[in-house]
Amino acid sequence: MDHYAYRHRHLLGIDGLTPEDITHVLDLADTYVEMNRQAEKKKSLLRGRTLINCFFENSTRTRTSFEVAGKRLGADVINMAVAVSSMRKGETLIDTAMTLNAMHPDVLVVRHPESGAVQLLSEKVDCAVINAGDGSHEHPTQALLDALTIRRRKGKLGGLTIAICGDVLHSRVARSNIALLNAMGARVRVVAPRTLLPAAVEHLGVEVFHDMAEGLVDVDIVMMLRLQQERMHGSFVPSTREYFHFFGLDYDKLKVAKPDALIMHPGPMNRGVEIGSEVADDIDRSLIRQQVEMGVAVRMACLELMARDFGNGPAIK
Amino acid sequence: MSGLRRLFRGARLIDPDSGRDAIGDVITVGDRIAAIGADISGDGLGADIEIIDLEGLCLAPGLVDMRVQLREPGAEHIESIESGSQAAAAGGVTTMVALPNTEPPVDDVSVVEFLARRAREVKLAKIHTYAAATKGMAGKELTEIGLLAGSGVVGFTDGVKAIANALVMRRVLAYARTFDQLIVQHPEEPSLGGAGEVTEGEIATRLGLAGVTPAAEVILVERDLRLVAITGARYHVAHVSTEAAIDAIRNAKAHGLPVTCDTAPPYFTLNETAIGDYRTFAKLSPPLRGERDRQAVVAGLADGTIDAIASDHSPWDQDSKRLPFSSASCGIVGLETLLPLSLELHHNRHLSLIDVLRRLTIAPARILGLGVGRLAVGAPADFVVFDPDARFRIQTERFRSKSKNAPFDGRPAQGRVALTVVDGRTIFERAAA
Repeated sequence: MDHYAYRHRHLLGIDGLTPEDITHVLDLADTYVEMNRQAEKKKSLLRGRTLINCFFENSTRTRTSFEVAGKRLGADVINMAVAVSSMRKGETLIDTAMTLNAMHPDVLVVRHPESGAVQLLSEKVDCAVINAGDGSHEHPTQALLDALTIRRRKGKLGGLTIAICGDVLHSRVARSNIALLNAMGARVRVVAPRTLLPAAVEHLGVEVFHDMAEGLVDVDIVMMLRLQQERMHGSFVPSTREYFHFFGLDYDKLKVAKPDALIMHPGPMNRGVEIGSEVADDIDRSLIRQQVEMGVAVRMACLELMARDFGNGPAIK
Repeated sequence: MSGLRRLFRGARLIDPDSGRDAIGDVITVGDRIAAIGADISGDGLGADIEIIDLEGLCLAPGLVDMRVQLREPGAEHIESIESGSQAAAAGGVTTMVALPNTEPPVDDVSVVEFLARRAREVKLAKIHTYAAATKGMAGKELTEIGLLAGSGVVGFTDGVKAIANALVMRRVLAYARTFDQLIVQHPEEPSLGGAGEVTEGEIATRLGLAGVTPAAEVILVERDLRLVAITGARYHVAHVSTEAAIDAIRNAKAHGLPVTCDTAPPYFTLNETAIGDYRTFAKLSPPLRGERDRQAVVAGLADGTIDAIASDHSPWDQDSKRLPFSSASCGIVGLETLLPLSLELHHNRHLSLIDVLRRLTIAPARILGLGVGRLAVGAPADFVVFDPDARFRIQTERFRSKSKNAPFDGRPAQGRVALTVVDGRTIFERAAA
C-alpha cells in the first residue's frame, strides 16, 4: 500500500476507478467488517466533521447504511429528505447545492432520480460527494459492497462467472456492477427479456442471454435485480406471474448453475416476482443479508478515503 | 401406424412444397399420409382398405387459412366454432387460425384452453388461435406472451385493431422476440383513419363518405419495419391492400428483414367500385382500394412479395350490416369462397395453379410454424379435392356459415371443393349434383 494513493476527491461511480482503487477500498472495508463485529465499534476518524445524507429519492436501506457508517467514524450525520422539501418548492438542484455548501459540510452523500445529477451537484460544492445512486447510471457503493461480499466468500473476483438477471434497463446497480466486475477480471452475463435490456448492452462487456436456462449455466454468482412495481404490469413485462415463470429465480432455474453458486440481491426484494422465498432464504447460498453487513463496512471505507483528502486520515506516504 | 386405411386413387396430386404436379394416388393410415405416388395402388393392399376414386380431380394439401374470426366465445349468434368449422370444411380449409377479438378476448391462457376444447369437440378443421398482443386489445399493456406461447397460440395480434402506439409496438416486438413469437399487424394508422369507411378519392367524395387515405397503410407498415429492424422480431402484415405497402414489404424482404404478409380475396377480386350504392357487404377494413392498388396486389402475389392468401372471414349478422354505410360493421365472410376466388388468379393467368395453392397451403403453414400444408409421407392427412374448372355461381344463402355477408352473391366462379379430409377423416363431401 506504500505506493498507493486514492486520487479521487469524490466517489461518483465505478467508471474511472482503477482495479487498484477497487482493491484498496475492499481491503480497507475488510478491516471495518471485523471492527463492526466487535462490541466497541466507534472510531474518531471523522470527529468534528459533518456528513449530510442528501436524498432526492426515497431510501431507507442506503441512507441508514451511510448514517451508521458515518456515526461509527465519529461524524455528525444529518439526514435531509429533499424529495419532500425543496424540490416540492421548486428550488433547482444547483440552488440546493449552493445552500448545502453554505453550511460547510465535509461529505455529501447524494441520491437523485436523474442520471448525472450527482455529478452536476459535485461540481458546485466544495466538499467530497459520494454518489448513493443517480437515476439509472451508477450506484458505486452497492457494487463495492457486492464485490466485497463475493470476495470474502469466494476469495477472489477474477475468473468468476457472474449473471446479473432482471431489469438491467433501469438499474444503476447493474451498470456499476458490470463496470466493477469487468475491471476485476470477472466474466459478466446479463439475463433478461429484451424489453428490460438497454440498447447495445453487449458493448459494456457482457454476454447477453434471454433465457435463464442458458444464462445461468455454470455461473458462480447469480445477482438478481429488483423489478420496480410500476414496470411489472404490462409496459415492460406482462405480469408478475409471467415474469416469475420465466425470469424469477427458483431452485429449478438455479440447477444449471455451479453446485456452489451463490445468490445475491441488492434489496428490497419482491418475493415471488424476481426471486422465490426458498432461494432468498437459503442460508447456504443466499448472500443477501451479508450484502447489508458489507454495505456498512464498504461505506466506512469510502468515508475514510474521503477523509484522507481533507486531512483527517492517516498521512499518505 | 395404425388406424383406418384409405386409398385416394387417380387424382392430380398438386403439392406446392415439393413441386409435385402429377397423376397419382395417396394412401392414408390413421391421421397420416402413408404413401404417395403413381405406382402405389397395386396388389397387396389388402381388403380392409377403403378406396375412393377421384377420376382426375385435383388433390392438394388442405387450405391453411391464417385469418378468420369465429365469434366464439361471445357472439355465437353470428358465428360459432361449430358453424365456422362447417364453413371451413365446405371451403376446403383444414387448418385455420382465429383472431383473438372474441368476448372475452383471447388474452389469457384459460381462453386458449377453452378454444382448444371446443375445437376437439367439433372435430372438423384444425383450429389454432392468435392471442391478443395487448391486454384487452387496448394497445397499452403486453399480454402474457410467454405463458400464452406455451399454451400453443401461433402468434400475437390485436385482431382488427392496429397496435398503434410505436413504443408499445416496439416492446411487443422485443418481448415477443424473446419467445420467438410472430406478431401480426392490422396495417392501418388509426389516427389518419378515424372510422376508415372507404378509401378517399372520387367515389368516397361522390358518396359523401369519410374517406381514409390509402397511405394510412404504408405509414404504419414502414414504421413497423423500422421497429422490426431494431428488434429482429418476426412480423407479419395482415391483408395488405396497397401498392405502397407492398413495395415497402418487398424492399424489406430484399434487406433480409423477417417480414411476411398476406392478402384476402376481396383485395384482388374487387376494387372500390364494388361499394356501388352504399353496399355495406363491400365495407371492409382496410377498405377496398382503387384499381391500381388491386393490380398491385395481384402483382405482389405473382412475384411472391405477398406470401399467403387468407380468407379474412369476418361474419356479421343482418343487424350489423343493414345499417347506413357509416354505421355498418366491416368485413365479409370468406371461408367458403377462399378457393374459387383465389383460383381466379390462375384462370386469369396471373399465377400458375400450383403457385395459387402455395399461397393457400405451405406458405401460411411455414409462417405459422405448423407442420401442415404439404403432401408428404408422414405428414398429416389433410387435403382438399376439387375440380379447378368446374363452373358454378356463388350462392351466399347456401353458405354453412351462420352469416351470409359477402358481396359475391351470384358471381360466376370456377373451382369447387368436392372433398375435404382432415387427419384421414372426410369432413366434407359435396353431394352429387
